[in-house]
Amino acid sequence: MSTWLRQHWQTFSLTLARLAGNPLATLLNVMVIGVALALPLGGYMLLQNLGSVTRQVTGNPQVSLFLAPEAGKADVAAIEARLRQMPGVRAVRFISREQALAGLKRSENMAEVIAALQSNPLPDAFVVEAGGSAAELEKMEPELKALPKVAHVQLDSAWVKRLETLVALGRTAVLILATLLAFGLVAVTFNTIRLQILTQKDEIEVSKLIGATDAFIRRPFFYLGFIQGTLGALAALAIVYLCMLILNRSILALAQLYGSDFRLGFFGFPDCLALLTFAAMLGWLGAYMSVSRHLADIEPR
Amino acid sequence: MISFSQVRKSYRGGHEALAELSFSIETGELVFITGRSGAGKSTLLKLIPAIERPTSGTVLVNGQNIGSMRRPAIPYLRRNLGLIFQDQKLLYDRSVFDNVMLPLAFTGHAHKEAARRARAALDKVGLLAREKANPITLSGGEQQRLCIARAVVNRPSILLADEPTASLDSASAAEVMEMFRSFNQVGVTVLIATHDEALVQRLNPRVLVLKQGRLES
Repeated sequence: MSTWLRQHWQTFSLTLARLAGNPLATLLNVMVIGVALALPLGGYMLLQNLGSVTRQVTGNPQVSLFLAPEAGKADVAAIEARLRQMPGVRAVRFISREQALAGLKRSENMAEVIAALQSNPLPDAFVVEAGGSAAELEKMEPELKALPKVAHVQLDSAWVKRLETLVALGRTAVLILATLLAFGLVAVTFNTIRLQILTQKDEIEVSKLIGATDAFIRRPFFYLGFIQGTLGALAALAIVYLCMLILNRSILALAQLYGSDFRLGFFGFPDCLALLTFAAMLGWLGAYMSVSRHLADIEPR
Repeated sequence: MISFSQVRKSYRGGHEALAELSFSIETGELVFITGRSGAGKSTLLKLIPAIERPTSGTVLVNGQNIGSMRRPAIPYLRRNLGLIFQDQKLLYDRSVFDNVMLPLAFTGHAHKEAARRARAALDKVGLLAREKANPITLSGGEQQRLCIARAVVNRPSILLADEPTASLDSASAAEVMEMFRSFNQVGVTVLIATHDEALVQRLNPRVLVLKQGRLES
């Protein structure tokens, strides 16, 4: 056991030393993998952020009920009572026409317009929050429309649906990109390992002749692919993180204009770990394919 | 113990390197294989570490049948053999010391123990002072001695050398031969292929003479 561990440790440190001994080539390889991974990773980060925004919005799907102008206090009370009894309704908020007008007055540029009006053109309204999804809310629509003195029912689910569809489309695009670039990573590793095998052709031949097992000869190349994949993934995380910092400067300025403090968030630890594992495995796979393909060519005669 | 019985080796294209070869070498023997180039000396030596497999017949090394040996078992056979190649196969991208360390990398010795063994082997061939040098800077005789150090560092029971004196002047050749003899004296079976008749006569060992793939008696 200790022999086995020692051999692995020796191989690991030898591989690191080899990588460090050729810093330019190592850097270039790692950057190729890093940039290739950074593309889908960056897309994934943006989607995740967009997703969290949508979830915030769609977490409480809302529907607005505008009442007819002639609706009186009694009607309002009756409708409110009916709404509260409906299954799936989580909260009901009444906004009187006066409240709505006052709200409008507070918003910029509207005060003048409103001052010019002779009477209040706004209707009384209910904002209903449903617990379920936007789709469930849609099913409630006819029932809400049938309520007496309700002039108009406005679902805010339409644009949410569009956004959800867009996010789903983005996910598919990122997935396709990630798949393609995963192949790229395997190909890059395959080629690096092929070159490394050619460079060490003499050593491999002699090692085979003096009693090295195939497993022993293969091991450093597996490590090379594995380490290269991991370093590439670290580079990708660094690239995406830097891009996020740069973008956040502009996003924060933009968000402040809208009175929000929204900014892009980075991946959590589990996501980073998943990426590292994935890239390391792809590197290992590329190495495995290359080693299986090229090592058999070096058979001593 | 090495035993060949009715061994035939032919290459694709019909060239017959060895034909009906039968002999056996006891443990601790020193045996020379002579013959003109192309007589099959190298092929004979390559059959023992399973670099080549016999076309027919049986090659037994320490009781193991080389012809039917499975691939994964071959490395373990080779670790028990010390091989000195005609083209030396030294690695010029590392020091003399690291060349000798190579066979110890996969036998699982701790670094300290491996380094101790490598230095002992280098000391035996008189190259300890040159351990940090690159093999390319060594003289022909020194390079051959380095090959010997690499071959014996795992303390093999059988030493196989293919033309170990081919490119050496007579003084260096004598030195190298003396080394083989001293290994033989501590019980190592030594098998040397050479066409240097003068050298062979001086040592007066057992000689197998090959002619067109057959033994001449």
